[in-house]
Amino acid sequence: MAPDLECVDLVKKFGDTTAVDNVSFSVPPGSFFSILGPSGCGKTTIMRMIAGFLDPTSGDIRIKGNSVLNTPPNKRPVNMVFQHLALFPMMTIAENIGYGLRRKKMPQAQIARKVDEALDRIGLPGIGRRKVNELSGGQKQRVAIARCMVLEPDVLLLDEPLGALDLKLREHMKVELKALQAAFDTTFVYITHDQSEALVMSDQIAVMNAGRFEQVGNGQDLYYRPDTPFVAGFIGDANRWTGRIERAEGKALQLRTSTGLAIRATATDALAEGDIAELFVRPEAIRLAGNSGDLGDFENRLQGTVTSILFNGAASRVLVQDEAGETLEVTLPQSGEFSSLQRGDRVHIGWGAAQASCFKGAA
Amino acid sequence: MRAQARIGFILLLMPLILWLGLLIIIPHIDMFLISIRERISFGVYETSLTHYQKALTEPLYLRTFWRTAVMSVLATVITLLIAFPVAYYIAKMARGRLQQVLFLLCLIPFYVSELVRTFGWMILLRETGIISHLLQWAGLADQPVEMLYNDAAMMVGLVYTSMLFMVVPLVTTLESLDDSVVEAGYDLGGTGLSVLREIIIPHAMPGIVSGCIVVFMLSLGNYLTPTMLGGKDSLWFTEMIYNQFIVRSNWELGAAFGFMLLVLSSVIVWGMLRLTGRTLQETLG
Repeated sequence: MAPDLECVDLVKKFGDTTAVDNVSFSVPPGSFFSILGPSGCGKTTIMRMIAGFLDPTSGDIRIKGNSVLNTPPNKRPVNMVFQHLALFPMMTIAENIGYGLRRKKMPQAQIARKVDEALDRIGLPGIGRRKVNELSGGQKQRVAIARCMVLEPDVLLLDEPLGALDLKLREHMKVELKALQAAFDTTFVYITHDQSEALVMSDQIAVMNAGRFEQVGNGQDLYYRPDTPFVAGFIGDANRWTGRIERAEGKALQLRTSTGLAIRATATDALAEGDIAELFVRPEAIRLAGNSGDLGDFENRLQGTVTSILFNGAASRVLVQDEAGETLEVTLPQSGEFSSLQRGDRVHIGWGAAQASCFKGAA
Repeated sequence: MRAQARIGFILLLMPLILWLGLLIIIPHIDMFLISIRERISFGVYETSLTHYQKALTEPLYLRTFWRTAVMSVLATVITLLIAFPVAYYIAKMARGRLQQVLFLLCLIPFYVSELVRTFGWMILLRETGIISHLLQWAGLADQPVEMLYNDAAMMVGLVYTSMLFMVVPLVTTLESLDDSVVEAGYDLGGTGLSVLREIIIPHAMPGIVSGCIVVFMLSLGNYLTPTMLGGKDSLWFTEMIYNQFIVRSNWELGAAFGFMLLVLSSVIVWGMLRLTGRTLQETLG
């Protein structure tokens, strides 16, 4: 089966700056594909090219196997949910949803039926006669999606549509969007700078930086097996060191940081003794223990002092300073075991070499 | 404390009350009283509607009255048609400095007085004017062409004078239109025309209505442009009012004309609001 959306060697230059640099990807039918990256990385440029508001400098965009480069935006089988939704304020909800159908010259009665169906689908029956500004943020969100979905596009583009919502609603809409995608069974291409949105909803995520795709994979791939230092640093949090490789035996490495801390790690790139490398260890991969016996057979074991406790509910952390003076962020387990932990307490910490990813650093 | 606040409020309101009272309400009451009196003999007056009767039966008066109304509506429509693309370009297409410069260019003609501006058109359009010379030089005309003193020249003058008052409200409302709303219109299958009709114009409606009201009133009450650029047949209603008051010293008839003009503009503005389904309150924001 042909992929719903395929971008081949897509390049977009604005004057001297290259916003999108040779990006290729394909999105299989019915899947939820996210492009995740910091602001200014070129993700919106890709989306606008797919929607047809920008012409690529070179490369091709294919939808269901057909190039759409010469198709204007109003003829492309893709629709877009805009960042601020862009509902038409001068129309009612029903007129908003029916707008695209009216453009297709569909008979009035059929439009009315389809609009009602769409409103049922998004769980807001009977609001058709209301004005846009009478709806809440979450309801507007759903109307914006319904407005596109009545047109049965091959691909639905979503440009950070949750950005304007408050945290609680955003969490709720994440689940809802995923459910809507399953209900409509349409390919979603979702753009965001919020990793948790991408990780929760997506089948496939492309991490983008400075106009290029750093890595494409599912959430687990990106989180557990980052390909590049950027991905390791961008997805989730990480303790980060730069150091020199002391020993290399195949994938197993030992790295010494500038403060003299020796860490056993696993190579992701090809690394040899003497290379400069960057090392990432996630706070949640580090175990906190009262005595060194509890650390089992972890390759890395350290002793240190708690310098501060960063309480944040389930995501609480402690900062631990080891003897060499390095400060590490360690996830604080909420099992009650460490509820009496205080600043200045002595703790043991440890992590496996497999949890420490090592990348070739800038020499 | 309360009493002080009350005095402050009244003092703040005073300029408005004085302005309305002294310059608008009292003169209009007086005008109305003048318009309904008939001079019987020296110093002896009687109340009657004879002047209104005269104004409504005399063909020249009536014809001028309707002509002024129709021409003003036409001038408003032409101004809107020209100003809309200009305003759209300034508000949505021009960026940064260019936007400011273009806006300023619309404003600059208003630095000189209306008389001088209108005279500019006379320099261009008259028999010995620039355009006439150019046409002869290019061989398109074999004798001097007179382009002044007709309805077209007057219309040009009216539209030119009113342009800014249409462009400003349009630019303001169009600027508040989110670009992504227009893009969404295209994205969902709209063509340029349907996006204009269903999205841009409904959004710009408050600006269109307020611009039209201002331009219509300015055209209706314009005296200088029709007098200078219009021909013998382009008599404007304001010229007739002037004539009655100043030339003929017939204040009674002049006042009646003035009141007819007031009623006419009120009715047309009301009709315009009704037609577009807006209230005066919405339009004025």
